[in-house]
Amino acid sequence: MQRRFVSIWFRQLLADWQLIRRPELKDVPFVFAAPDHGRMIITAVSPIASNFGVETGMRAADAKAICPGLEVLDDKPGRPKNLLKGLGEWCVRYSPIVAIDEFGMDGLMLDVSGCTHLWGGERGYLKEIVSRLKSKGYTVRLAIADTPGSAWAVSHYGRVTPLIPTGGQVDALLDLVPDALRLRETVLGKLRKLGFYQIKSFIGMPRSVLRRRFGEDFLLRLAQAIGTENEVLVPLQVPVAFSERLACLEPIKTRNGIETAIHKLLEILCNRLQAEGKGLRTGVLTCYRIDGKVVQVNIGTSGATHHISHLFKLFQLKIDQIRPALGIELFVLDAPKVDVVAVPQEEMWTSTPGLDDKSVIRLLDRVAGKVGFQVIHRYMPATRYWPERSVQRTVSVTEKAVTTWRVTQPRPTELLKTPVPIEVMAIIPDHPPKFFIYKGMRHIVTKADGPERIEREWWLDQGEHRDYYQVEDEQGGRYWLFRSGHYGGEQKYKWFIHGFFA
Amino acid sequence: MDAKRELFQKLQQDILLWQGFKPLAAGKAERIGLGEIEDSFPGSVFPKKAIHEFITVQPEQSAASDGFIAGLLAVLMENGAACVWASTSRRLFPASLSLFNVAPERIIFMDVKTEKDVLWITEEALKCEGLAAVVAEVSNLSLIESRRLQLAVESSGVTGFILRKDGNKTASTVATARWRISPLPSHTEEGMPGLGFPRWQVELLKVRNGKPGSFILEWAGEKFKEVKKAKTQNIWSEAEGRQIG
Repeated sequence: MQRRFVSIWFRQLLADWQLIRRPELKDVPFVFAAPDHGRMIITAVSPIASNFGVETGMRAADAKAICPGLEVLDDKPGRPKNLLKGLGEWCVRYSPIVAIDEFGMDGLMLDVSGCTHLWGGERGYLKEIVSRLKSKGYTVRLAIADTPGSAWAVSHYGRVTPLIPTGGQVDALLDLVPDALRLRETVLGKLRKLGFYQIKSFIGMPRSVLRRRFGEDFLLRLAQAIGTENEVLVPLQVPVAFSERLACLEPIKTRNGIETAIHKLLEILCNRLQAEGKGLRTGVLTCYRIDGKVVQVNIGTSGATHHISHLFKLFQLKIDQIRPALGIELFVLDAPKVDVVAVPQEEMWTSTPGLDDKSVIRLLDRVAGKVGFQVIHRYMPATRYWPERSVQRTVSVTEKAVTTWRVTQPRPTELLKTPVPIEVMAIIPDHPPKFFIYKGMRHIVTKADGPERIEREWWLDQGEHRDYYQVEDEQGGRYWLFRSGHYGGEQKYKWFIHGFFA
Repeated sequence: MDAKRELFQKLQQDILLWQGFKPLAAGKAERIGLGEIEDSFPGSVFPKKAIHEFITVQPEQSAASDGFIAGLLAVLMENGAACVWASTSRRLFPASLSLFNVAPERIIFMDVKTEKDVLWITEEALKCEGLAAVVAEVSNLSLIESRRLQLAVESSGVTGFILRKDGNKTASTVATARWRISPLPSHTEEGMPGLGFPRWQVELLKVRNGKPGSFILEWAGEKFKEVKKAKTQNIWSEAEGRQIG
């Protein structure tokens, strides 16, 4: 499809905005001014004030001299941007992709490809925008063209027609001033100095010549206006591909009502997802209440799915968090993250049980929804010997072990998070203890195995190595003890209990 | 009269079925490798579709129960199914499970903060047919909670293992079997150093419609091995002169 762009230029954005807020200023000349180097510099001018010859960039004191009764209002930095953002969000009704004109900071750019026919063609489309904005109080100039650059140029400097037909952007640009190309002031000065008052006087020149004199940026702007170079608009609102809305005739207040709404939305969304072979990964339910507040709940799944009852169960766990207050009038269900879902032939092969079993995945989603993703984990073997670090925690269900579990050395079934110091009686050096006292209980060792020396990972931390002993007491309890450090070494050695064997 | 007796028998069989005891299929003995212990259950079948409760008061008992359950999981997870292990204060060391022929990476651990969450997860997991077993560590289990778990098990057929930390024997739950596993001194050849295979006193305190008993069992590297002649050894937890605290 041929891309079409509309540029909306608000000629007096701040002045119009002020007039909407304070209609009593209609007959008063006023300007906005901001402090700069200890002076008040005018940043925006009202139409009446401009008739007196007041311009932006003037000093407020000078302006007051040429225009009696001039009202000087304080300007806040970032105000135009905020205004444009609000207007841009309002303009989403005309096109899903609305961007702020970052160059002049006084207009909007719309990607209207495939939108204009809804208003009966491009002429009707532009008319609609102009009249709607005019009724609000904004005076605008518009242009529609194949490229954002040419639309911008025509909207700001065009005199003939705002409708540039497909492929006609070069012809439209020829008679315009070079300012229409969104160039920096230094480049424009150079162009004027050389007598280039119209674009047609340099558009046919070799690129290398232009690059040498005016730089790469100049060529880029020119190419963007002509359409040989692509220009990307940064949309204010990223349109969500999968989004469904449900408006309610009466405000919804009950749990049953919310459940019905979610079910309805899920049915529509899941049917769409299924038709496109996609599955939901994250879902956001936004509830707009009649008191103007917005309530949001999120769900996430560990695997793409478009299973209605499963997703419904995930939302069911979150319904408690939705406070309807006076009532909810609009439900919007977005799926910001979707994945391609593999559709298995369920009927023909029975699924093999395992971690990727569908029912297991659904269980994990429910647990993640209720308790949180962070509680679910698995352990992988790590290529390390230090007991605390010999297992690697992973939250992924699909991750495969990179190494095998070691079964050559005994490891206790229960490992204490931190070793607990014990009192020990050992007669012979480097032998297992005769008895040890743990939690006030004396365990007389009858059988023992060891030692297994595990060196500290010196590149990570410092300290003594551990000599592990597997011991069994008279009653049959089996323990994992270790001595930290050498027997009779310079440092004092200590005994610890670190685990229980089966 | 005969008709009535037949009806009773039929009802009894039904009840057994609901409680997780499958009648033995003709010519097909489905064993879990517990040897004589399995004969304690009705129909000599280890009930897979049931809740098994383990009393673990001491850490030694808890470790022994972990080992015993791991040995059972090895059989239950043979077909590649996963297992959920829910707990608030888990001490199980995953690396040790491979010694019991269980693949630790197929166990999904859920370490939560509250006991309530453990029970919720357990119930949800027991409803999940794709799992082989669910292990839950709780400090207490009420009758109502255990009933809920049992109902979940009956519909899905997942085996549930509850490690209960309070030793209150009178606490009534609807668990199909109640176990207590205590460690026993291992056996080594005369004069040989080191430790033998882990050996346990397996006490089957309660079985639905079965006969409770006490057995001595060993994990002989690959599978359970029953030690036939019961030695006159004290059970670890009931040893005299043992003071706690």
